[in-house]
Amino acid sequence: MLKEGAIESRLVAGPLVVTTWPRSFLLPPHSRGKLLRDFNQSTVVVGHGYASFQANRRSLISFSDDVSLLVVLIDTNPFFWSTSSSSLNFHQFVSHVLVFLDLIVRLSQLNQIVVIATGHNTCDYIYDSSLDTDQVTGEGELPALYSFVLQRLEEFVDKDEKLGAKQEGLSEKRASSLLSGSLSMALCYIQRVFRSGPLHPQPRILCLQGSPDGSEQYVSIMNAIFSAQRSMVPIDCCYVGSHNSAFLQQASYITGGVYVKPQHLEGLYQYLATVFAVDLHSRSFLQLPRPAGVDFRASCFCHKTTIDMGYVCSVCLSIFCKHHDKCSTCGSVFGKAQLDAASDRKRKASES
Amino acid sequence: MNNSEKKRMNGEAEEENEEDVEDEGRDAWERTYTDERSWEALEEDESGLLQPIDNKAIYHSQYRRRLQSLSATSAASRIQKGLIRFLCVVVDLSKAAGEMDFKPSRMAVIAKHVEAFIREFFDQNPLSQIGLVIIKDGVAQSLTELGGSPEAHIKALMGKLGCAGDSSLQNALELVHDTLHKIPSYGHREVLILYSALSTCDPGDIMETIQKCKKAKLRCSVIGLSAEMFVCKHLCQETGGSYMVALDEGHFKELLLEHAPPPPALAEFAIANLIKMGFPQRAAEGSIAICSCHREAKVGEGYICPRCKARVCELPTECRFCGLTLVSSPHLARSYHHLFPIEPFTEVSARQLELSRVASKTCFSCRESLLTPGTNKAGPCAACTKCKQYFCLDCDIYIHESLHNCPGCESRRITPAAASVTMS
Repeated sequence: MLKEGAIESRLVAGPLVVTTWPRSFLLPPHSRGKLLRDFNQSTVVVGHGYASFQANRRSLISFSDDVSLLVVLIDTNPFFWSTSSSSLNFHQFVSHVLVFLDLIVRLSQLNQIVVIATGHNTCDYIYDSSLDTDQVTGEGELPALYSFVLQRLEEFVDKDEKLGAKQEGLSEKRASSLLSGSLSMALCYIQRVFRSGPLHPQPRILCLQGSPDGSEQYVSIMNAIFSAQRSMVPIDCCYVGSHNSAFLQQASYITGGVYVKPQHLEGLYQYLATVFAVDLHSRSFLQLPRPAGVDFRASCFCHKTTIDMGYVCSVCLSIFCKHHDKCSTCGSVFGKAQLDAASDRKRKASES
Repeated sequence: MNNSEKKRMNGEAEEENEEDVEDEGRDAWERTYTDERSWEALEEDESGLLQPIDNKAIYHSQYRRRLQSLSATSAASRIQKGLIRFLCVVVDLSKAAGEMDFKPSRMAVIAKHVEAFIREFFDQNPLSQIGLVIIKDGVAQSLTELGGSPEAHIKALMGKLGCAGDSSLQNALELVHDTLHKIPSYGHREVLILYSALSTCDPGDIMETIQKCKKAKLRCSVIGLSAEMFVCKHLCQETGGSYMVALDEGHFKELLLEHAPPPPALAEFAIANLIKMGFPQRAAEGSIAICSCHREAKVGEGYICPRCKARVCELPTECRFCGLTLVSSPHLARSYHHLFPIEPFTEVSARQLELSRVASKTCFSCRESLLTPGTNKAGPCAACTKCKQYFCLDCDIYIHESLHNCPGCESRRITPAAASVTMS
């Protein structure tokens, strides 16, 4: 395992001033390049070996049922990483994830990985193991995969920051990341793999998320979940934030994936390797963490409290806890035919 | 009527003189081999391997036409959609359903596609209910009651596949009217008739029945399998439904699945109401109780009705003891994409793509190259009107038919200030 303190991290964790972008949550600018050079490697394959084995892979055409395509969604939201009080900071998190990705690649020659970063203002592809442009030969001690991903991640964080600098005055205290964007991109990529022919690896999505849920993304995330359910793509989640994420718990439950919130974040790689490295076919032989009480109760639109019994508007399906005369979402008057209600309004408007 | 009949007969006579005499005895499916010669469209590349036929462009243009027609009707005014639907599917199992022009027989094709339709219907409308009716020997019988479980309907339909006798449209309409009369006022009443026969044997005046259905606000649609009939067309026009005739099996499947998403609802058809619903919690692991649907003891699985604490096995359902509708929040969320639809993408020609200043010509969501394979020229693609990103044609179809999220718009953060600027 990677040693603590091997990476020089000078996180400047000040108070969360929401109007400014949290600076240097990765590293101060002058030491950015050092991240690559200082990265400690322990038990990994040397870089040049990696490139040649990628080339050999394409000549094999037999896809057995334990080949997986893993789409990893990494949360790079600086509002979360700069304030997280847990024992894991962003470098350690990335180092755990990189060793895990290397493990996946070495479990089978036909395994494919795609890495998508979920930022605060944008989402983008970081790495695609099947692309020719992403095969690089390693220079020096670092394996090619590590240096490539780290470099692309740094570029992505810079881009995310630049996009954030244009905006002023975020009003929310808990800033969420754009999970719906990266989920949608992952699903489109998986559809492309399905279209490529009858021989393809079994796809699944792994969300490494720490940011809290953004309630404005509820509808988009649910759309993505139902689409994943129809395409039979499981959405797994390893949540490294503080409180459980209701959206991701529902996602894993509905699509048949696994949701894990590790208790000891220093051993994140261990959780990843034992739970998420296994392909879909072999999952039936393992005792995976079971969902403990996914709460499917709805929350009412007026008070945002979870309710057991409520009233649902038949037109727009908004949920209320008490009986109202008028729906606040769609404006339909209850108990009266729509046409009567509309003519009533017109009459009142003309009278007043 | 007489003039047009004469013209038609003259036209046929001319055609007969031109074609060979042998063609008279051929069916439509046989003519696809003699006239259309689909094998001639195949091409080989330089090494002798077959090249796939590029029907991607044809498929995409068909899809776009369908999308345009749908969005034109809904964008004109903010038409609401009927989300809580009570649909009666009427299957005509008269002697005409045994015809073999659809392989292996019309009845088998109908059964197969109705099964797929029922699953798709409950997928898109989790709060709705279906009832099945069959017409056989001139009599209409109700096969299943209005219910929300797809397995029960499919099992019942597969068990009763046998065709005989005449078809009676009026009996079917009377039965459906009686069934749908009892449902609550907030539900949308719909009937889908799959009609194979060319006639109807009715005990009374069918026009009166049609007027009765119109007054009861039933929306009747018909999919014909043989030819267009005036009485079906009149029924659909009076009640506001759609009448289509299927040309072949693929077309029939398409027409049937078009009825799965909620149709635009006429405002006076259903009264808006607040429906009391329960959101049950999962039963504790390891607890044993007798479930109310199967009357068996079950361990750990199932949900508990919040009002009467009875155990139910699956959702959505109606509690057997207290009558409360039980749903979970994902069921409601399944219908939200009907309420917040995404706009169709604009088509971008190859020339426009070449002129655009995009650095890498790849689809934003799947990173597939937008260049025509084998060449360096740009191929056709689609672009979102809001985020201005480019998407390939397949992603366009997937996004609008299944995902209902634009990846470009979801990958942007719009602050309230920016949002008000774009809206003004």
